[in-house]
Formats: sequence, structure tokens, C-alpha cells
Amino acid sequence: MTKVKLEAQDVSLEYRQPRTGNRTLALDRVSLSIADGEFVSIVGPSGCGKTTFLTVVDGLIPASGGRIVVDGVEVNKPGPDRALVFQDASLLPWRTVLKNVCYGLECAGVKAAEAGQRAQRFIDMVGLSGFENHYPYELSGGMQQRVNLARALVVDPKILLMDEPFAALDAQTREFMQEELLRIRFEAGKTVLFITHQIDEAIFLSDRVIVFSARPGRVKATIKIDLERPRKLPLKRDPRFHAYEDQIWTLIHDEAVEAAQAP
Amino acid sequence: MNRNGRLWRFYLAHERLLLGLTVVVLFLVAWEGLGRGWWADGLTPLLGRSAEALRLKPIFVSSPSAVAKAAYRLYFVTGEIWPHLAASGLELVAGLAAAIVVGIPLGLVAGRYRLLSAALEPFMSAFNATPQIAFLPLIILWIGAGFGARVLIIYLLTVVPILINAHAAVRTVDRRLLQVAHSFGASEARIFRSIILPSSVPFLLGGLRLAIGRGMIGIIVGELYGQAIGVGLMINRAGALFQTDKVFVGVLTIVAAGLALTEVVRRIERRVELWRASGLEGGG
Repeated sequence: MTKVKLEAQDVSLEYRQPRTGNRTLALDRVSLSIADGEFVSIVGPSGCGKTTFLTVVDGLIPASGGRIVVDGVEVNKPGPDRALVFQDASLLPWRTVLKNVCYGLECAGVKAAEAGQRAQRFIDMVGLSGFENHYPYELSGGMQQRVNLARALVVDPKILLMDEPFAALDAQTREFMQEELLRIRFEAGKTVLFITHQIDEAIFLSDRVIVFSARPGRVKATIKIDLERPRKLPLKRDPRFHAYEDQIWTLIHDEAVEAAQAP
Repeated sequence: MNRNGRLWRFYLAHERLLLGLTVVVLFLVAWEGLGRGWWADGLTPLLGRSAEALRLKPIFVSSPSAVAKAAYRLYFVTGEIWPHLAASGLELVAGLAAAIVVGIPLGLVAGRYRLLSAALEPFMSAFNATPQIAFLPLIILWIGAGFGARVLIIYLLTVVPILINAHAAVRTVDRRLLQVAHSFGASEARIFRSIILPSSVPFLLGGLRLAIGRGMIGIIVGELYGQAIGVGLMINRAGALFQTDKVFVGVLTIVAAGLALTEVVRRIERRVELWRASGLEGGG
């Protein structure tokens, strides 16, 4: 691991609850850095602000404090250097698979013919060759998430931001997609920041797992995952894998208990 | 009845059509009978003289056969309905086109920008609650009872559902799709073109469908005044001259035109619904 790709420096987010007018601190001085080519996951109890953090990194919500730096340049709005893979596939239902994948390129002003060619490569990569002219409603949840992934990859971002992309999938499809993601990510050679509430998913995919504390979100611990790549699903039965699971589960459990007991 | 018979199967295959058709035929027979005194004659043995109440003067109710004869004459013998039809059609097209050109962009923009929406809200609500026909005397006062006035009243009637539906359409745009567009750095113009407009199409078509019905009202009402030409005027004049069959020909012509236009919009809707209906259920 050489160069730093993405750095969050003391990122805080405070917002006013629209109904009560109270100020809420969602993120409390989150600092982390991700190296070029690294796969980092953030896990934490629900409501800890991990998804919020991702939207701040993408630039959809401005941070109240701190900085987001990509390749040494501070960013504060969405840009082509980061691409978000959404939790719900959020495909445009009136567009075919091909047109959906082209969407980001169109926004960046790429000509239709070139966009189509580039999109095709990633449609092939995510294993959807032959489905170019299907509409989203004709696809299963897993296939929709593949389109979602291809749509983000095609703009060639420096870093891929993934927001619990497999949360809505059934258990078998989810595990299959985890393996697929590792393959696709290896082919595309991307740096990834991945949000999940599933501990095994985080360990299986990541080089490092960052545990967030309960609200306000704070970096509680960082665990380096020393498991060889390429990884296949049987790895989840490995004793070392279980040890990581226990370690992270305990960290999150403490947080969850604390959060539940808080007034 | 034989439940496996060919007749029964034919009935099942076309059930809705056959039931609808039966009611139409029964209605026509009943109507014809009133004009020709069938009911009065047939029911006299039962009801005595009070059955005579069912013998109506053709001048009041006409009859399907008389209406059909009049329609044939007006359309194919004298051809006098065509200029009326052309004039009314032109009014409708002009009024509806103006309503679309104004209503859709204004509604979409008002739906998108909260401040503009807040500014227009009272006006839109009040205008919606007004029977727009009430403006007719004012319109005639301002621009006279000519072609312009008739287009204007149709415009006022049809712009309401178009505007309100366009406004509502933007409010229902999936926020996640807007987030996708923002995340890819889409410009405001592109967000309108690529997200707001396509997801609004079903609402816009629904508004158009409502507008067509109101446009038909506009045709009739607008032609009540002035030295006009049009189907509405023809109905009015025929009514004043007790040409009941001609009145019915005019009314049925309007009905047929309204149904045909609505059907065109419905077909377009169905094509759009292809992705929409299933897309909403299968989303994940």
C-alpha cells in the first residue's frame, strides 16, 4: 500500500432536526485514510451515521467541519473522481440496462456512441451481456445491483463508494454477489469504501474494517484483515475468519448496548 | 345452460363486451319505444290509461332511428355538420395546445422550486376551485364573443388539470433518482430532462385525459354566445327549433370525439405504464 487515495480529516456533521429544531451531531471528527487500491469497510450499529458519512464523502451533503481529500485535492461536491453505488439499485425505470449504465457518462458530457462502447465493457464485466435492452423491472434484485455497480464503474472513478449494496438481497444472492464484487473489483482495479452492517461481509471483502461508534459516528477501531487473496466463500469457515468476526462483533455489541442504555 | 357449450365459452371470452353491448341495445330499444309509443300500447291492458304517460312526443325525445337518419343526412347528404366540426375542432386544438404549452412547464417548474410553488399555491387553489365558465361574461366583455373567446374559455378549463397534475408529478419524483443525478454531477437542465420529465409523463397524460373532458364542456359553453359556428352552436340552434334529432346528433358527435381522444391518450398511457407499473412493484 503506497499512496493515500482518500483522506477524511476530522469530518463532522451537525444538522438541525426539522421537527424539533434540536441540533444533532451525526458525525464526530471522523478521520480515516484509504490507500490506493485498498478495500475498506465501515461497520457499526444501525443509526451510527455510516451511510451519512458516505454521502458526505460523495459530496451530496456538505460537512459541517473537516475536509475530504481525494488524491491530495480537497473536494466538497460530487465529482467524477468518486462514484456512489446506491443501497437501492435506484435505476432509472424508463431506461434500459445499457442506457442506465450510460447515465453517468451522459452527465459528464460523453458522446452517446462512445458512452455506449464504454458501457458495454462494464456490462460484460458485471456479467449482464445479453441484457443490454432489458428494463429494470425485468431484472432480479441481484441483477439490478450489477447494473448499479456497472453504472458507477463506467465513469472510471478514482474511488468507489458503496452503500450497503447487498442489504436488500437474499442470503444466497448476497454471498454470490460478494464473490462477484471481489472479482469485478480486481478486474477494474478500484479503491473501494464499503458500508455494511454485516460483519462477515466486511471481513470477507476488506483489507481493513473500520468500526464506528454509536451516534454520533466516530471511528472506534480499525482492524486490519490479514487474509490472503483471492478469497473464496469457504474462507468464511476459516478459524481466523471467525476470530475477526468475534473481535468486531464484540466492538459493535458494546456500542449497541451503550446506545440502548443512553437516555 | 350447458356449461361447456360453445355459446357459453364464447360468452366467457367476451363477457365484458357482451354485457356492455346488451345494456346499450336495451337502452336503445327502450328509447325507440318511448318515441313510437310501443310501451304505451303494450302496457295499456295492464295499466289502463295511465300507460299513456309513456307515449312521448318525438319532438321531445326523438328516437334512435330518427337520430340515425338525421346523422346520415347531416354527415353525408347535406354535409352541413363538417364546417361546425372543423370549427369546434380548431377551437379545441388551439385551446388545449395553449394549455399544454403553458400548463406543463409552469406546473413542472412550480413543483421543482419550493418558493415558486408557495407563491403560486393560493392562486392555483383558488383558480382550481372556481368554475372557470364563470369567466365567460368577462371574457366576452374583454375580447368579444369571437373565436378568441371560445379558445380562451377552453384554455381556462383545460389548463387547470394539466397544471395541477404537472405540479403534483414533480412532487412524486423518486428522491433516490434525484440523488443519483446529483451524485453524477448532473446539471439542473439535465435533471429536468433526464429525471423529472420522464417520471412525470404518466401524470401529464392523466392530466391531459381530464383536460379533454373539460375541453368538450368548453366547446359547448363557448359557442352559446355570439354569431358562431361550431357543433355547440348547431346543438343550440337545433334545440331552439325543436330539431331534437339534430341536437342528439351534435351531442353524440361530441361524446364520440371525447371518447376517441381519451382512448388515444389511454393507449399512450398504457405504453408508458409498461415500465412504470411493473417497475414500482419489482424495485429493490
